[in-house]
Amino acid sequence: MQAASLTDGSARSSALARARRLSLGRAQWRGAIAIVAFVALWQAGAATGLIGGGNLASPWESFLVFLRDYAGDAAYWQGWLISIQRVVLGFVVAQVLGVPLGILFGTSRRFRRLVFPVFELLRPIPPLAWVPLSILFWPTTESSIVFITMLGAFFIIVINVFDGVRSVPEAYVWQARSLGAKPWTIVRRIYLPALLPAIAAGMTLGITVTWNVLIAAEMIASDAGLGRLTWEGYVSGASAVVIVGMVSIGVAGALSSALIVWLERRLTPWAEDERRRRGGSR
Amino acid sequence: MTALEVDRLVWRPSRGASPILDGVTLRVEPHSLTVVMGPSGCGKSSLCHAIAGFLPAESGAIRLGGRPLSQPGPDRLMVFQESALWPWMTVRENVMFGPLARAEMPRGEAEAAADALLARFGLAAFADRYPGQLSGGMKRRVDIAQALINRPQLLILDEPFRGLDVMTRELMQEYYLRLFEDARTTTLFVTSEVEEAAFLADRVLVLGAGGRLLETVEVPLARPRHPDQTTDAAFQQVRTRLLDALERATPDDTLSPPDGGPRSRETAA
Repeated sequence: MQAASLTDGSARSSALARARRLSLGRAQWRGAIAIVAFVALWQAGAATGLIGGGNLASPWESFLVFLRDYAGDAAYWQGWLISIQRVVLGFVVAQVLGVPLGILFGTSRRFRRLVFPVFELLRPIPPLAWVPLSILFWPTTESSIVFITMLGAFFIIVINVFDGVRSVPEAYVWQARSLGAKPWTIVRRIYLPALLPAIAAGMTLGITVTWNVLIAAEMIASDAGLGRLTWEGYVSGASAVVIVGMVSIGVAGALSSALIVWLERRLTPWAEDERRRRGGSR
Repeated sequence: MTALEVDRLVWRPSRGASPILDGVTLRVEPHSLTVVMGPSGCGKSSLCHAIAGFLPAESGAIRLGGRPLSQPGPDRLMVFQESALWPWMTVRENVMFGPLARAEMPRGEAEAAADALLARFGLAAFADRYPGQLSGGMKRRVDIAQALINRPQLLILDEPFRGLDVMTRELMQEYYLRLFEDARTTTLFVTSEVEEAAFLADRVLVLGAGGRLLETVEVPLARPRHPDQTTDAAFQQVRTRLLDALERATPDDTLSPPDGGPRSRETAA
């Protein structure tokens, strides 16, 4: 009897919780209203020519252009694919090179003294300043664009990991040495997991920069991709196309950031409680 | 034979700095629980780290069972002031790390050994949790299990119960006592609590500046110890002797008021 009412109660409360998750809270309502208002203002401003003097496409017009010319267009989705491919490649190479370099900077004084000055010499150069040189240097346009994209994330990840190494409590490493772990075991089982939060922070920053750099590089040097699409819209004077390109880039960037957050959660299950605590206090 | 011998050990944090350990000499008898006390900044923690092999000595020697030491090793394991459990490993993985890192036993065997030890420590239900999900007292027990699974010759505990609330602290002391009295693993135990020292120790070493041994206080209480003994006259005597020794070990200037006013009662006495 009592057990039945207990399960009843918990079923009801979990149904309530689900309903609460699905329905919008007050803060979300405000956010939704703000977005609707923004789009409505833009629509009104563009349609009457008050904003952009008739050169700015309205959201509705852009949406129609998207449906008519792009949603079913293989070349448009090909552009997505090309941009994503470049970002993924550049980003992954940046991690593969950057994480070990950051660990080396953090753990070996000799290596740091030898290589860090060169690193610091190159770091302030904006990735886009590398465009001309990398087009000369790399055999294909594709490889030079990936290289520039890679640079965008590379310096950020190295600095983040380097900083991360210095904040690993020395007792973590001492304990492993005491217990008889070999250097490689210490890197793999102590340093790497201890650095995952720093790596994830570097990735979150890095993915944004990667998209920034890629879009600019595509506008300058490529004949494909979402950046190129946006640029072509500008060149042909079709502002609706520019907006389709911009929104596509925004969506792509947001999706990649969400992917990184998901990846961080998967990689650091032990930090789940702490994340919840931090989230709760926000 | 002496279990641990520290012989005129000198260590400074960097070249040119004044030494934190300035000719430390002390010994720890086998199967005894030796407590180290001293004013803050006298180098208790550094001494622990040096014995564990983390700090390169400038001169002097550390010998374990007569063998000189320089590198860290599983023969003397340390429980750190703040728990050093790796937060990304489950409790079981933390405990079986040592045997697996040295490839001493296959994984299944290490798991069984870890589980057996955790069961003995009342933590069987928590083997798959992460350290971040445990209470302070539980973490300290896992710390000790992580060391003991390797059967060290010497256990170094650096203020292991600091930061625990009073209730948990007393429970941990009694718990730890039973553990020591069962296995009699030679132990160096740092604390700043006089009652804790008198209750646990066979012998208390009081260190002064530079980690130099100023006084040795024997604790003549029978084992197994019981909380009732803390009302014994002998316990009170040890307590008084320790307080006196600590007072002598503390440099005058740390007790005088910052405004240079009259000396506090303790130093004037």
